[in-house]
Amino acid sequence: MSKYVGQSLKRVEDPRFIQGKGKYVANLSLPGMGYMAIKRSPYAHATINSIDASEALALDGVIAVFTGEDLLADGIGPLPCGWQVPDLKIPVQNAIATEKVRHVGDRVAVVVAESPYIAADALDLIDVDYDPLPAVTDAKAAAQDGAPLVHDEIENNVSYVWELGTKDEYEAALNDSDHVIELDLINQRLIATAMEPRACVAQWNSFTEDMTLWTTSQNPNLIRVVMSAFTLQVPEHKLRVISPDVGGGFGSKLPHYPEEILVPWAARKLDMPIKWVSTRSEAAVSDTQGRDHVTTAKMAFNNDGKITGIGVETWANNGAYLSLVAPLIPTAFYITLLSGLYKVPAVYGKAIGTLSHTVWVDAYRGAGRPEASYLLERLVMMAAQKLGMDGMEFRRLNAIPADEFPYQTPVALSYDSGNYAGLFDKAEELAGYADLLQERDAARAEGRVVGIGIAGCIEASGPAPSAVAGALGGVTGFWEAGTIRLHPTGKVTVLTGSHTHGQGHETTFAQIVADELGIPPEDIDIVHGDTAVITNGMGTYGSRSASVGGSALVVAARKVRDKAIKLAAHQLEAAEEDMVFNQETGDIYVNGAPDRATSIGAMAFAAYTAHNLPEGMEPGMEEDAYYDPANFTYPNSAHIAMVEVDKDTGETKILKYIAVDDVGNVINPMIVEAQISGGIAQGVGQALWENTVYDADGQLLSGTLLDYAVPRADGFPDFKIDRTITPSPHNPLGVKGVGEMGTIASTPTIANAVMDALEPMGISHLDIPLTAQKLHGAMQGTAVSAD
Amino acid sequence: MKVSITVNGKAYTKDVEPRTLLTDFVREHIGLTGTNIGCDTSQCGACTVHMDGMAVKACTVLAVQADGSDVTTIEGLASGGELHPMQNAFWNEHGLQCGYCTPGMIMSSVKLVENNPDITEDEIRHGLEGNICRCTGYQNIIRSIQAGAAAMGGGD
Repeated sequence: MSKYVGQSLKRVEDPRFIQGKGKYVANLSLPGMGYMAIKRSPYAHATINSIDASEALALDGVIAVFTGEDLLADGIGPLPCGWQVPDLKIPVQNAIATEKVRHVGDRVAVVVAESPYIAADALDLIDVDYDPLPAVTDAKAAAQDGAPLVHDEIENNVSYVWELGTKDEYEAALNDSDHVIELDLINQRLIATAMEPRACVAQWNSFTEDMTLWTTSQNPNLIRVVMSAFTLQVPEHKLRVISPDVGGGFGSKLPHYPEEILVPWAARKLDMPIKWVSTRSEAAVSDTQGRDHVTTAKMAFNNDGKITGIGVETWANNGAYLSLVAPLIPTAFYITLLSGLYKVPAVYGKAIGTLSHTVWVDAYRGAGRPEASYLLERLVMMAAQKLGMDGMEFRRLNAIPADEFPYQTPVALSYDSGNYAGLFDKAEELAGYADLLQERDAARAEGRVVGIGIAGCIEASGPAPSAVAGALGGVTGFWEAGTIRLHPTGKVTVLTGSHTHGQGHETTFAQIVADELGIPPEDIDIVHGDTAVITNGMGTYGSRSASVGGSALVVAARKVRDKAIKLAAHQLEAAEEDMVFNQETGDIYVNGAPDRATSIGAMAFAAYTAHNLPEGMEPGMEEDAYYDPANFTYPNSAHIAMVEVDKDTGETKILKYIAVDDVGNVINPMIVEAQISGGIAQGVGQALWENTVYDADGQLLSGTLLDYAVPRADGFPDFKIDRTITPSPHNPLGVKGVGEMGTIASTPTIANAVMDALEPMGISHLDIPLTAQKLHGAMQGTAVSAD
Repeated sequence: MKVSITVNGKAYTKDVEPRTLLTDFVREHIGLTGTNIGCDTSQCGACTVHMDGMAVKACTVLAVQADGSDVTTIEGLASGGELHPMQNAFWNEHGLQCGYCTPGMIMSSVKLVENNPDITEDEIRHGLEGNICRCTGYQNIIRSIQAGAAAMGGGD
């Protein structure tokens, strides 16, 4: 059936990258181009009294300086919020701040100059007179009476409150169960740090009034809609958005950014091409950041080891403004996942979305689901410890049985498929769990600080059934579009609304289409990331590309195939139902008479010559599909790690890491395993090293890669990666999505391993990141300040 | 200031501002955009090139410092239409995802292996401390360098 799906084909995108020929936005140069630089606020909260740009304008090579007043005068609209939970209070965010700045890095003015060096020089010559004001940076403190308001019109800095679950049953479980564990925990703020900083280039054609914007986006089609409808307001048919090669996203290139307005706005105003490229330090104060929850969580359970209830109250920091889908992350992507892999009768969650004088927060790899998994797996470990049960046994006891799918949770979701006990079994076997426990105990007997961590995690991937998304607050639909264009010579161009920025769609999507059409992948080109070519699309995030975007291609390819078969039947003078299609070769023949044969390629040619078509058939061989998923998909994982904490330095070394994931059917095992290993590293970064630190005045103390500890190669052992497969029953590929699973699982796995290592010292919980400084302090019994 | 730098075997003489970085020289002045810029504190290594036989972060070298030097960028690594064994190894072992850190990663790897043909996994991990990748978790980068080392004549 499948010749290419399931094979580890080498990536077709790699030759350009390994030879330095990647088409990144920053590489683009247009004749007569101007360079933009952005004047950003040095204060977290201040009134802008005046802006004097006269010195900057006098500098040789400076073309223009614009402020927020210029922007408003041109009728440029504020940035919209695309996820509107009930009673949402949306603060106004214009692309350049006026009157007040609300975080360090807030935009105050822009310069356009003849070179990037001159533009940077000119920034220093713009004199902005500020009156600094008190700031608040903490999610929970922001909502307290008397906290400085980020936006005067939003009371207590609370933008939304969202509840879900069976509250009465949950409270009863707290009362009626043998044990209740309560845990206050912080899920710290992270800086996404895609290696390619954001960039925009815009070109305006004043004769045709067409605008072209090249931008580092995960979803150019969606950005075009938002820009046309809300911000720049260039008519959609006159606006072309191109996201060529994009150097990683992890959610931070999902939202619509002010620079995507400022660059084309200035290009039109000055009638010249303009380029802006973010520096890394600029990225730290302007790219959307991730996580930042302050949570009180409770779990009730009985002596028999059964979990009876889980509940949370979470303050989620959204930053100074609401980014495109910010309210989604701590609500429908978080509370719905609180029961994880387990059969928990009562689940309840409340999220309070607050605003603060910090950089805005939006989706970051996993987005809400890692926050849920982390706290759940910390609670699970503590519950097992309290009962003196083995962690693996406790998890298996509570896992949803394989024969109970589809499984309806108390928090809205219906899990599609899974075999969680099988997953734990395989992880246990791969890790040599029993031996690992002995190894740990032997190491402890030698006085070493060694621990084993386990996490079983779930993700709701492949957003989303559009109607469900709409009911939960989504402003748009979440289908994906695809087009299969079978050319007269039998070659194929595939258009997809998904966007690849490291995932390898040019390879995997060709594998999918190859199997549907019986045409080899080398004859198939995958085109993405250009709204002039791609009819429509929703982009790549939430591990949705294979399950939603890939499924759209399957549906479109099957339409093409059906047309070819119908045409073959006509030309071979046979009944359509007697035709046989060989998916390996693309041959089409009459059942029982293999000599009466043609091929899909020949039928493509015949469809375009159109000399002999059946009645009513249009010429051509090109089909579109819009695929709206029937449900989310539910990848799941069991990870195990063994770590050692250095008694003298507090540094954690990962001795072993074992990952077993069920991501459904696998299109390209090589790519799937690499998505898992990359995800693991990112989640370990959160567990051990990464932290976004603001001081009390709202100054970002971790604003460069010198201060923000992105994982390096020497932080890891070789990961042992394997999988189980329970196909998703509701998409034609049976895939579940793999982009985020590694990240979701590795944070609690490593945190649990470190806490297991410290358990003999009587330390039951420390907040992540578990830095050397924090662990050293904890082991010495000294209080630890915030990193 | 006038600087003369040989890049990928070709001599360039350009008039540059004294503050011009080597990254900007190769990217903007001679149009070789394969050398990427990933940070502004010499941490990420995306801009690594070879200068007079050493791997250097081009964001930390002034063009005037490179005056008279022989520089190789990622575009100059393949020769005679043949990929360098390290480039092939990154392709074969899936040592890249988004590709942005890749030019610097490959340029660093080549020198790591040239300087230590029998390099161990541990030495590779430590040797890559100055190159950040956010996509791969380094797993396949390590495997690529091991394969590249073997193909270059040393290694396992």
